[in-house]
Amino acid sequence: MTKSELIEALARRQTHLAFGDVELAVKSVIEQMSHALAQGERIEVRGFGSFALHYRPPRMGRNPKTGEAVALPGKHVPHFKPGKELRERVNLALQAEMA
Amino acid sequence: MALTKAEMAERLFLEVGLNKREAKEFVDAYFEVVREALERGEQVKLSGFGNFDLRQKNQRPGRNPKTGEEIPISARRVVTFRPGQKLKVRVESYAGPRE
Repeated sequence: MTKSELIEALARRQTHLAFGDVELAVKSVIEQMSHALAQGERIEVRGFGSFALHYRPPRMGRNPKTGEAVALPGKHVPHFKPGKELRERVNLALQAEMA
Repeated sequence: MALTKAEMAERLFLEVGLNKREAKEFVDAYFEVVREALERGEQVKLSGFGNFDLRQKNQRPGRNPKTGEEIPISARRVVTFRPGQKLKVRVESYAGPRE
């Protein structure tokens, strides 16, 4: 499912909303989430999961072309932890497929 | 502080002009549509943010940490998140606590 398919699915579901508003709302939610993480803020959505930043310490890397050693600075990376309901539903669907 | 569904809905009310009830319903529907796609075994790709992928894990041996008893961990499907390039770049430079 892509962002445009998500917009279409939500427009079919929330029929009282104008298509343009659904588009704006999806973009707003994605921007709010990106912005929160860029500020180092966590995101918590019960039943879906939480997002937080993990720190990666500085390390020595290598330029793959020249083989030269380069110092890479520490950085933060986004991390997602699926919530209980999401974990269970995704897994139950698998059990049903296998049965 | 963390970004929550209530805050996302408030922003949709202020920025997109949905009324409060519509905004709350929209945010719930948003995460539900993503969960349903993952439940169907479908990857979700939100360009600019990242991809939610599904990974199949085989059965592996486990142990009850309390009793030490051996119990197999059943085969399961799990959700993983791969941040997109744009989100990685925005988050990388966050200079906050190194956790």
